[in-house]
Amino acid sequence: MEALWLSMKLAACVAAILLAIGVPVAYWLAYSTWRGKFLLESLVALPLVLPPTVLGFYALVAMGPRGPLGKLWIALFGHGLAFTFTGLILASVLYSFPFAVQPLIVSFEGVDRRLLDASAVLGAGTLRTFWRVILPLSLPGVVTAAVLSFAHTLGEFGVVLMVGGDLAGVTRTVSIDIYDRVQSLQYGEANRMALVLLAISFSVLSVVYAVNRRVWSPWPAK
Amino acid sequence: MTGGKINWHKWFRGLPFVIAIFLARHEMQAQQKEIRIAAAADLKFAMGELSETFEKQSGTKVNVTYGSSGNFFSQMQNGAPFDLFFSADIAYPQKLEADGLAEPGTLYEYAVGRIVIWTPADAKVDVAKQGWKALLDARVEKIAIANPEHAPYGRAAVAALQKTGIYESVKPKLVYGENISQAAQFVQSGNAQAGIVAMSLAVSPAMREGKRWEIPADLHPRIKQGAIVLKDARNKEAARAFLEFVKSAAGRAKLAEYGFAFPEKPAQ
Repeated sequence: MEALWLSMKLAACVAAILLAIGVPVAYWLAYSTWRGKFLLESLVALPLVLPPTVLGFYALVAMGPRGPLGKLWIALFGHGLAFTFTGLILASVLYSFPFAVQPLIVSFEGVDRRLLDASAVLGAGTLRTFWRVILPLSLPGVVTAAVLSFAHTLGEFGVVLMVGGDLAGVTRTVSIDIYDRVQSLQYGEANRMALVLLAISFSVLSVVYAVNRRVWSPWPAK
Repeated sequence: MTGGKINWHKWFRGLPFVIAIFLARHEMQAQQKEIRIAAAADLKFAMGELSETFEKQSGTKVNVTYGSSGNFFSQMQNGAPFDLFFSADIAYPQKLEADGLAEPGTLYEYAVGRIVIWTPADAKVDVAKQGWKALLDARVEKIAIANPEHAPYGRAAVAALQKTGIYESVKPKLVYGENISQAAQFVQSGNAQAGIVAMSLAVSPAMREGKRWEIPADLHPRIKQGAIVLKDARNKEAARAFLEFVKSAAGRAKLAEYGFAFPEKPAQ
């Protein structure tokens, strides 16, 4: 259960950070008219297609004392990033990035341009238009982004395996714990944890689809 | 597109037939001249040379898959198509034999694993001189070992640390690799400053340059490594022949060269 709690904590941190970073990035990607935008879009989508072994391998090398990130971190805090909870958060943010940004882009792009024009004509600046028009209209996208990055981080395995070091209470997430139990042939224990994870993942995804299908909505109808 | 000229329907109807031919050919080749071996990660380098020599001598093609012994064991319980299993822990082949999944009488303890404390060549501590005391040095912040819950080398590492009496003081420094290769990789990448790894990896080309100190064999339970021919082996004769080759003087010399010891003769 310690592992499950750790995974939840990790997933919550990652979802919060991804919303904070994802919203401005998605806003820029949705509204910029720069011709080279497709390059950035590809970069954002990369973790979708790269295997966790590639991300995990780069993360491990980058966090090491010879890597740029590791060097910086050691200079600042006196210890490396690998095998720490912070290291896991960082790797997971990278890994789940597209799961937060893609739904945000889609919903930002879906906002009716005429409303934006109207807002501008009425004298609202870019920031005000964003807070008062775009964001409220994109709430399903924001919920989807938060829930998907939470769920994706909860189910993360390969990257954590490669940079975590399997420390109980620090980096032993629920997926690693299940793997360890299967390895030690404790199939009963593994099964119990796997079922819990299955139930959580199913409920979380149900929320996403319910919100998008407007079966129910977490905010009052207008 | 020129696709309009091709009769796709006809083509697709012929497809299963073509696939069947390919599969049959593949099956036949496999049955004639190939054995599949599942080998523990610590055999990575030794097994490569062993199978090369065997291929030249016998004409049988050897296909080796490396991985964690525990993983292989679960896969074999569920019918993985291997002919021969070289486990880092003899308990797994023993269990396969008990479950009736292996050829009776083929179980063989092919080697005894040795463990070393390993650091990169540029490490600040000199493990070759200081031995296990190097692990107590404050500059060694992380020590990588294989996961003692399921990896035999991890269990041996913990046992050795306990026997020398430093386990409690170094425990906060320990990080766990999924298998012995990953523990080595944690040290090689610089994320851990020292590791307890298999001798067979420490003498491999990538790690040969580092500093190492062998943990005496009397400090840990013997890492008995066992091999067995599987019941469902498609090529039992060739699998047995390979096992015989490993038992031969030439086979043992190769294993010794890559840092394995043998049951009759304790490691130095």
